[in-house]
Amino acid sequence: MTQPILKARGLTKRYGKVTALDRCDFDLMPGEILAVIGDNGAGKSTLIKALSGAVVPDEGSVELDGKKVDFHSPIDAREAGIETVYQTLAMSPALSIADNMFMGREIIQSGVMGKLFRRLDKAKMQEIAREKLNELGLMTIQNINQAVETLSGGQRQGVAVARAAAFGSKVIILDEPTAALGVKESRRVLELIQDVKSRGIPIILISHNMPHVFEVADRIHVHRLGRRLCVIDPKEHSMSDAVAFMTGAQEPPEHPQAA
Amino acid sequence: MSQSDNFEAAASGAATDVASFEDTHKGLVGQIQHTLHVNPALVPLIVLVAAICIFGLVLGSKFFSPFALTLILQQVQIVGVLAAAQALIILTAGIDLSVGAIAVFCTVIMGQFSFRYGMPPAAAVACGLAMGTAIGAVNGWLVSRVKLPPFIVTLGMWQIVLAANYLYSDNETIRSQDIANDAAFLQFLGYKLKFGGAVFPLGVILMIALVLVLAYMLRSTAWGRHVYAVGDDPEAAELAGVNVHKTLMSVYMLVGFICGLAAWVMIGRYGSVSPSATTGVIGNIQAITAVVIGGISLFGGRGSIMGAFFGALIVGVFELGLRMAGADPQWTYLLIGVLIIAAVSVDQWIRKVTA
Repeated sequence: MTQPILKARGLTKRYGKVTALDRCDFDLMPGEILAVIGDNGAGKSTLIKALSGAVVPDEGSVELDGKKVDFHSPIDAREAGIETVYQTLAMSPALSIADNMFMGREIIQSGVMGKLFRRLDKAKMQEIAREKLNELGLMTIQNINQAVETLSGGQRQGVAVARAAAFGSKVIILDEPTAALGVKESRRVLELIQDVKSRGIPIILISHNMPHVFEVADRIHVHRLGRRLCVIDPKEHSMSDAVAFMTGAQEPPEHPQAA
Repeated sequence: MSQSDNFEAAASGAATDVASFEDTHKGLVGQIQHTLHVNPALVPLIVLVAAICIFGLVLGSKFFSPFALTLILQQVQIVGVLAAAQALIILTAGIDLSVGAIAVFCTVIMGQFSFRYGMPPAAAVACGLAMGTAIGAVNGWLVSRVKLPPFIVTLGMWQIVLAANYLYSDNETIRSQDIANDAAFLQFLGYKLKFGGAVFPLGVILMIALVLVLAYMLRSTAWGRHVYAVGDDPEAAELAGVNVHKTLMSVYMLVGFICGLAAWVMIGRYGSVSPSATTGVIGNIQAITAVVIGGISLFGGRGSIMGAFFGALIVGVFELGLRMAGADPQWTYLLIGVLIIAAVSVDQWIRKVTA
């Protein structure tokens, strides 16, 4: 049996008296798209933040590629190869698309100007940014230097997804990537997700949109009351089953690991 | 999934060409708004040029001469350096009320270390710069780690530094002749280069060089991008991989260092070292005024350091121009007040380009 690329055991996170994560387990297999679904307040966001380094769990362990990892910030997780597209997108509105794509990992010019004066290689960054956006085909952007705040919601989402796809080497986490998008743009993001998967990079997809989840996911992690209720195969269960499980209307299937 | 809910298929026949936006529909006003959004230093530059032209027309060659124009530079050199420091803090969505006090305290350190302890003047200047950097580091640590509002931190630091300045110096002024005789290096930045009627003290050249270096750093280095990102939205910056703490610390320490430079410029300008120099009390407000007139948003993340420089020059032009015209000095303050409000209104209008 193959080892999970990202594995969490017994994750617990409390905010005062609220327990957001209650001894939660999590497994992501290589090359798969794993959807995480759950009701509002089930602790999905906290789980994702614990995996991406934005939240440090009180208890429990996370393993990447079989090695225990200890993320204290999103930067740690990024360096380990986990890229996250947050629901808030984590972009600086006043800065340009290129600036935002390379935020925190800017390319510095080679030669004296770079070494001595730390001059950014803007031309190269703009070129790569344009390339990545074109790969997506998601953009209707003329100017790579336009401020992110002048983009529509869908375009911003596209830039954020492009950023993650460009740099994610081990795992990509997408938090509600289609929530703000129109029909056509959602379609492109779903195509992009398949595209990233075909490159062999596993994806964690958090979404409320059941048709999207059932369309792309290989397995579905159902989250309820701060822990993993069950993992189901979208081919064996219907959308209404999934909703019944996550709302507690129906007992989960006997075998919790439908791999 | 049943075919009946395959709503997306309906979109397949839709137009596939990318959306294009016609800028021409916006008209002249829209284009101006867009240009200003891209180049925030343009407004203060226009105001500056207009002010120089108007005073030049009204006052003639008395104002529009190399001597008078470089006099403005000399008169704004201290505020100009402090405004550059203030601009950095305001870009991170902070505010620094302690810049003037730090500068005055650093002049006292430079003077007293030379005279009380007999230090070589160059070492005393280095100590002054180090003290400025250290105070900046305390400000930065309190803002970034203890998460106190910058206004509160620097309001307190302003009083602390000003009081320390009086306590340490015993309110003792070091006279200009004594410095010239025993520690001339302290007045180094007061050395004047003359080209015809134009006079450029080294302090002015330092101010201009400082603004150019900071403009480069903000525009063309990763650090500069991080400063803007932190001012724009610190949480987003953190999630995107910016070390917000490190960025804030570097900004506050750099600002402390620049205040030390302002101190050195002050000794060059006044010749003497006085703990009761007015810069300690009003330097912060003068710097904030220049920054605001320069079009840097108090909400952080927008504006350019050139704007702050132009802002300082606008104030200088008004002060000299109105004095030459024989107007009551209160007119200067009145007009500067109008400019502040106008500048913030323009900033709000420019921001609407995003809506």
